[in-house]
Amino acid sequence: MISKKNKVVELEHAVIRFAGDSGDGMQLTGSLFSDSTAFAGNDFATFPDYPAEIRAPQGTVAGVSGFQIHFGHTDIHTSGDLADVLIAMNPASLKANMRWITNEAIIIVDTDEFIDKNFAKAGYVTNPLSDESLAGHQVISAPITTLTREAVKDLNLDNKTAQKSKNMFALGLVFYMFNRDFKGTFSFFESKFKENPLIIKANKAVLEAGYNFGDTIEAFAFTFKVEPAPLAVGKYRNVTGNLATAWGFLAASERSGRNIFLGSYPITPASEILQELSKHKEFTAITFQAEDEIAGIVSTIGASFAGALPITTTSGPGLSLKSEAIGLAVITELPIVIVDVQRGGPSTGLPTKSEQSDLMQALFGRNGESPVIVMAASSAADCFYSAFEASKLTLEHMTPVILLTDGSIANGSEVFKIPKISDLPKITPPLVKPNDANYKPYARDNQKLSRSWALPGTEGLRHRIGGLEKEDITGNVSMDPLNHQRMSELREEKIKRVANYIPKQEVIGADEADILFVSWGGTYGVLLTAIERLIAEGKSVSLAHFKYIMPLPKNTKEIFSRYKRIVVCELNMGQFVNYLRMQFPEFSYGQYNKIQGLPFMVTEIVDKVNELLNE
Amino acid sequence: MENIVDTKTLNITKKDFESDQMVKWCPGCGDHAILRAVENIFPELGIPKEDFVVVSGIGCSSRFPYYMNTYGVHGIHGRAAALATGIKLTNPKLSVWMISGDGDSMAIGGNHFIHIARRNPDINYLMFNNKIYGLTKGQYSPTTPHGSKTKTSPQGTFEAPFNPGELVIGAQGKFFARVIDTNLKLMSHVFKEAAEFKGTSIVEILANCVIFQNKIHSLITSKETKNDNQLILEAGKPMLFGSDNQKGIVLEGTHLIAVEVGKDGVSIDDVLVHDPGKADPGIHMMLASMSPPEMPSALGVIRAVKSQTFEDQVWDSIEHEKVSSPFKSVDDLLNSGNTWEID
Repeated sequence: MISKKNKVVELEHAVIRFAGDSGDGMQLTGSLFSDSTAFAGNDFATFPDYPAEIRAPQGTVAGVSGFQIHFGHTDIHTSGDLADVLIAMNPASLKANMRWITNEAIIIVDTDEFIDKNFAKAGYVTNPLSDESLAGHQVISAPITTLTREAVKDLNLDNKTAQKSKNMFALGLVFYMFNRDFKGTFSFFESKFKENPLIIKANKAVLEAGYNFGDTIEAFAFTFKVEPAPLAVGKYRNVTGNLATAWGFLAASERSGRNIFLGSYPITPASEILQELSKHKEFTAITFQAEDEIAGIVSTIGASFAGALPITTTSGPGLSLKSEAIGLAVITELPIVIVDVQRGGPSTGLPTKSEQSDLMQALFGRNGESPVIVMAASSAADCFYSAFEASKLTLEHMTPVILLTDGSIANGSEVFKIPKISDLPKITPPLVKPNDANYKPYARDNQKLSRSWALPGTEGLRHRIGGLEKEDITGNVSMDPLNHQRMSELREEKIKRVANYIPKQEVIGADEADILFVSWGGTYGVLLTAIERLIAEGKSVSLAHFKYIMPLPKNTKEIFSRYKRIVVCELNMGQFVNYLRMQFPEFSYGQYNKIQGLPFMVTEIVDKVNELLNE
Repeated sequence: MENIVDTKTLNITKKDFESDQMVKWCPGCGDHAILRAVENIFPELGIPKEDFVVVSGIGCSSRFPYYMNTYGVHGIHGRAAALATGIKLTNPKLSVWMISGDGDSMAIGGNHFIHIARRNPDINYLMFNNKIYGLTKGQYSPTTPHGSKTKTSPQGTFEAPFNPGELVIGAQGKFFARVIDTNLKLMSHVFKEAAEFKGTSIVEILANCVIFQNKIHSLITSKETKNDNQLILEAGKPMLFGSDNQKGIVLEGTHLIAVEVGKDGVSIDDVLVHDPGKADPGIHMMLASMSPPEMPSALGVIRAVKSQTFEDQVWDSIEHEKVSSPFKSVDDLLNSGNTWEID
């Protein structure tokens, strides 16, 4: 095509938000833009923002589906605070997203949808395009629906089918703005719709029409370019946290030689892990969609007894239902990984929104003294390594591991450097050999204090375990008071000793500073971006981001002792900070909490730091 | 089945399955007889002793795994079906036995009960039905007869009881049998049938709780009334009962009735012949529903319909995917789809 390109402006990074009705295909549009971003060599992170309802009433704010991508030629750790470009396919998506864009953001709208009946549905009294509400923004008004129909008029499609590809018009327009090549998108059409050549043609035509529209209207004084990011040499792909979690378990299965058993019940936002693993029976991954959360975990405990790599996945309310069964895994000292993809609570709460408010439940939400390993993944890509590490710890230490992720990193995606499975450590569970005359069900490894794993079907090792208190060594039922004390202490000490097998806590920034920021889990990208920016500005701040929570890394106390102030940032009312107050009462802790079902913004952290430094 | 070997070469006896733990059920409890029946038949099944797994939920009956020298798990209340399903799916070679009671299976575990029945993993499910909560000392259960006075129903219960067989058949269950704790021979025979059946074989055992619900099954078990109240079913045989097998079960219109053979023009040919393998649930459901004093209680294997097991379908699918999947290793998967190189 002949282009009369305007001046090209180079950007360090940019944030684009695609928004439309939940039937408008915004998630697909966003993911196609992500693919082209990958091919452009940028680092990037994405986040989908969709309603809890599948198809909320058309044209309403409740039914708006969004997809945000942050890409740059530097390292990108977050999906971005506010968007520089908003694509609003209807008035409702404009209304819903005004608070998520910068004051100078470019707004692209489909003017065909900006009509009276849609203003009413979106709750606008007047046309936002003609009143003052978009002052300061550059608005690109395009009759996208009409132009889409126009682009495919030779293909004799019915009206509905023709209009369906209007999201590709918007994509084409954004491709023009960011000087993107769309060969990759064309090959996507070709494979996705290979049974329907007409639809391939339609999508290609509409995408090109969008691109050419950008070129023709001269609305853009300039277009943008983001240079490739300096990523390390290697092969890369894009992963969501849930996909990475599932693949981390597959990697652990290969490195341990144990078949996966995933007993799970569908729940937002964790279901994709079950969906993904159910696709991979070729790796002898058994997935069991149970009748409820309890059967999900209890079937997994059965599988654990029988020798699987045992996994159950859930979200907050499901973790509540699994509590009693986690206790069974604690007392039987069997391996099991419980993944909790946290969402807003309590109760059903905010199913599609993210929070870090299950930490106390994970640590203490069971009857009796019931210690387990608790760890949290830091980012979408880190979910791969966290799932792998959780599997290694559960199998080698014979104890339940609760792995916390959250809705943001589970659904968000980022660039993932593909590892070689053989480079990952081997996992060696303490299996007992047939007819081992010394086998005792509750005899322990000297160092780890883990008991060993005698699988049914193995000759000479028949034994019984269960939920009643066990006698030390023999595993027989025992109600003896001193034995109960001893077993409680052993179970606790076993978890404490895991600290000898996990990495030391790292600090980003100087070893001594005015403020040590502390965070955990899925907030890593935001905190890292904010603290790096502040350090570059010469501020005296450092960051300790925790992945291992129970037990904490051994050098935690030593780190805390080096800083004048400690401020714990988390997406809840202060659960980690209170846990730290219990563990290390000798320090005083400040806290910064947000509980809106949304991630922190980098600017919020930066502002908070500046406020604290100026106190 | 690869794990079935000649019993004689295995050289195992009842002794091999006796545990060294003290059996702590009340003297006179029906559970003792059930334990004996299970110990009797395990050596006869041709299965190596390390391949047996006994799992349970919570309640008096669920102490069972501790009293057997096998692999065993004493689980949590109501959830043994899930435990058993996880074990069987993971290692289909194992002979999985599940022990539960009426409270464990019909109340807190009711959901799992219907789902194991419809999924049909090859699990032998023994449900001890004493129609009372024993371990918690005498509260009514979901099978306690309507109006019964118990610790939590001093005025009598206001609830209609479950009939476990109706639930099994209603939940697409493929195997249902009923036995009584007083008939060791029938128990042993039916447990063997259950073990040999490929699928979830649910056996309701009418068990007597001497302490809190004594003689709850006496109409079926007492010397005076048992002949008139027990119909012991055998495949291919007419449904006869009574002291001299003089009574029979006949289909009249759309329901079953008990008649005297030879009286009122009823001949032996009118009496229904038992066909446990028939997929149609109609007669099986009616048989499971019968209860004294109007009708005898049906004992023996009421329903045994061949069907695919859950684990066979899962493992067939695994074998199929291993051949047909483009991914031969996890590396293949990670490197599939959209990837790009930075050099």
